[in-house]
Amino acid sequence: MQLPDGIVAVVKKDCPTCILVEPVLQAIEKDGLVLTVYVQDEPTFPDVGKVVDDTELECSYNLEIETVPTLIKVENGTEQTRSIGWVRDEWQQLTGLGGLGNDLPEFRPGCGSISVEPGVADRLALRYGDFDVASRRIEVAGTEDEIEYCFDRGWSDGLPVVPPTEERLYRMLQGTTRAPDEVLGEAPPDLATCTIEKVALNAVMAGCKPEYLPTVIAAVEAALDPAFCMHGLLATTWFSGPMAIVNGPARKAIGMNWKGNLFGQGNRANATIGRALQLVIRNVGGGRPQEADQSAFGHAGKITNCFAEDEDTPWQTLAEERGFTDGQSTVTLFSADGPQGVFDQIARSPEDLVHTLADSLAAVQNTKMVNGSDVVMVIGPEHGRVFDDAGWSKARATEALQAAALVEGVDLGMGTDKSTGQPLSDPKSSLKPKFRPGGLQLVRAGGDAGMFSAIIPGWLMKGTLGTDPVIKEIVT
Amino acid sequence: MNQILLDPTGELGAAHREPLKKPESLDGLTIGLLDISKARGDVYLDRLDEHFQERGLTTKRYKKPTFTKPAPVELLQEMAAEVDVVVEGLAD
Repeated sequence: MQLPDGIVAVVKKDCPTCILVEPVLQAIEKDGLVLTVYVQDEPTFPDVGKVVDDTELECSYNLEIETVPTLIKVENGTEQTRSIGWVRDEWQQLTGLGGLGNDLPEFRPGCGSISVEPGVADRLALRYGDFDVASRRIEVAGTEDEIEYCFDRGWSDGLPVVPPTEERLYRMLQGTTRAPDEVLGEAPPDLATCTIEKVALNAVMAGCKPEYLPTVIAAVEAALDPAFCMHGLLATTWFSGPMAIVNGPARKAIGMNWKGNLFGQGNRANATIGRALQLVIRNVGGGRPQEADQSAFGHAGKITNCFAEDEDTPWQTLAEERGFTDGQSTVTLFSADGPQGVFDQIARSPEDLVHTLADSLAAVQNTKMVNGSDVVMVIGPEHGRVFDDAGWSKARATEALQAAALVEGVDLGMGTDKSTGQPLSDPKSSLKPKFRPGGLQLVRAGGDAGMFSAIIPGWLMKGTLGTDPVIKEIVT
Repeated sequence: MNQILLDPTGELGAAHREPLKKPESLDGLTIGLLDISKARGDVYLDRLDEHFQERGLTTKRYKKPTFTKPAPVELLQEMAAEVDVVVEGLAD
């Protein structure tokens, strides 16, 4: 903006320091300097010759005023120097008036500028800043309820969404330093271009705070990685959908849950991050149930499925296993059905517990199936303690479970009723591993009480033919 | 005042709501005939009903209590559950 030459002051009447310096401003004017005062709240203040009404705060915004009074020296339309608050020496130097304000204290701090108050700053940045929105603007009649409108447009997963306004988009984008037009990939099934801006709009609708956005972005990046095969996971008739597990400092920073009821309701970050990912697939990708999403049953986790890992255990975390340090935050995406509880309140040795857990894994998909889906097994704190007390590492527990999760060849044969099973030439030949190597992922989480763990199976199409877990670092 | 929302989709469809697709044929469909309680609406719908019946189509008759107000939710739900398309007489 073009500033008037001379001395510029920005003040508000609702500021004791500004009132204190009113006689100083009058003295500056009286001494023949050209003084222009911008006032943020009450244009009758102060009592000097040239007062500019800045109640719209355009000037305050453009001058990046954070504190009033701010005094600025301008030459040829350009700012030379400024003083913030009342600092007598600085004001005397800036104006070149030696005796200025000698009857006042040497220093008084100013007050906050209205232009940086919460809520106001965002609106000013939208109005006067260089914020460009690429998404289409859609006018909704004033008589229409905007939440109902979002339902009618098909933007909702069945629950109310927060209407995606420009102001909310702006605030959401403050959660990342990445450019809104950065392309993350093509969202299936329509293979529509997915930008940071589109992710942010869906994060708004899901109810995310801006500080969750980097985690949502990482989850979307994982989903769009071809290794995750989001297209097939969406289209399958099987139950599965994406499940996001968060590791690292971000878990605590944004208040995620890895304790009681972590798969359930009640935690905003868990609930809205998973929901935002699903809304991106629905809205940007165009993936809707009974259309491209052909799931016969689905499950409640297809609305949202996101939780954090408990990292206060002796075990390596998901992220550490994949080469990340404990200072890095990550999202790992798995294909997932609903959890199946495993109950064992008696086992006190890892060997006994492995026996129970491995036997329970036999029921995944069908007792007559091996090499079906991969499985995430979430070990609860009271089961975890059994391993920890005996000094078993995660690797040892995984190896023992994988080795124990075997099915007798004879038990895999088709039944006399010709139900699902393997047509084995020599059914007695051998024990078959239930899972492919690396197909059993242990994770620590859950509430303190209850000697339980959870089996979370996923999509039957895995590996290069289908889905593999994908990890992405969360970057702000 | 009108509100501006930003399109959260891949923008592959129309910016504004698209009406439901019209059926290509009425064969096999059940047709609702809605009388909104305006004068002689029944005469118009009676005649349409005759034409539909001659073509062997199934019809069902409905009536709004008054044309001055939107249809009651019960009536909308009843029609949505029972018929595939609706014809309504709008004017006198």
